[in-house]
Amino acid sequence: MNLLSLFRIKRDTAPVARERLQVLLAHERAVIGKSDLLATLQEEILAVIAKHVTVDRSAVQIKLDRGDKVSMLEIDVEVPSAIAIAKGKGKGGQSARVPA
Amino acid sequence: MAKVLVVTSGKGGVGKTTSTAALGAALAQTGENVVVVDFDVGLRNLDLVMGAERRVVFDLINVVQGDAKLNQALIRDKRIDTLSLLPASQTRDKDALTEAGVERVIGELREKFDWVICDSPAGIERGALLAMRHADVAVVVTNPEVSSVRDSDRIIGMLDSKTLRAEKGERMEKHLLLTRYDTARAARNEMLKTEDILEILSIPLLGIIPESEEVLRASNVGAPVTLNNPTSAPARAYFDAARRLKGESVEVVVPLERKGLMSRLFGRRVA
Repeated sequence: MNLLSLFRIKRDTAPVARERLQVLLAHERAVIGKSDLLATLQEEILAVIAKHVTVDRSAVQIKLDRGDKVSMLEIDVEVPSAIAIAKGKGKGGQSARVPA
Repeated sequence: MAKVLVVTSGKGGVGKTTSTAALGAALAQTGENVVVVDFDVGLRNLDLVMGAERRVVFDLINVVQGDAKLNQALIRDKRIDTLSLLPASQTRDKDALTEAGVERVIGELREKFDWVICDSPAGIERGALLAMRHADVAVVVTNPEVSSVRDSDRIIGMLDSKTLRAEKGERMEKHLLLTRYDTARAARNEMLKTEDILEILSIPLLGIIPESEEVLRASNVGAPVTLNNPTSAPARAYFDAARRLKGESVEVVVPLERKGLMSRLFGRRVA
């Protein structure tokens, strides 16, 4: 990593904005349009994770609890041991609670 | 046949009022008969941006409630005689706007003008819904910034469900007006690009208004930017947008500011 790339990381923020919006709006449109929100969420979350780490779909655990007032979507993704995670656990968890 | 156009955005401060004044004036400057209507009851500002703040006698609510005739409330622009303003009330409660009353006034305005341009208040409450209710065309004003794009998405959803046209199953024409755009920053990946926003919102592009000092300069003196400095970059962008509203096909370009030697030498340091 050279000095130039340090600056570039700070400045190239538009792609982050774009991605955050795409994920968020897919979610919000689903809520308002009353389509299958949890399914949409699941796909979007995995797509985002897959952009940063290679995700083995068989190593992804998805738990879906649909309730009347609150539904739970739990996504457990095994992140291949990176430098920081390598010492401790090899598992990063992500869960989202979504009112349905 | 008259067209009713709503200038809306969800988010505040993105340039609805500036764009209403500029588009209204641009259309009127090409000979169209235009009225701009302020729906922002309690926080009216279109009168100020148009330079007519001292000429307001009656307002939209007076007309809606039958306290004044439409002709008494309309203010004709002193610079372009085909441009009129119907101001909002500054003192009344926004609940004074009734749906039936608004319908009647819009109907009367349709008889008198070619274009009825409604400046929507920010938000997604009653005022914003009433402003879009009778529209044939919507101009969604968006800044290249996450919160503005999100709110525009929300407003697009409402245009497709809460307007009379939507309820009748008719097509609601929607256009994106991108304001405060900085081509250089977008090229450096510091700002959302036009194509990113178009892809996310998926409505056709009406125009790109570049970030410019001319916009503030124009509102300082109470003139739409297309009148105050017709050759400036934002004014040219608004003129192009107005031509597209009239159905002409005009290639979308972002006009550049023509800088003098001095500002080219010192502009960056000052900015």
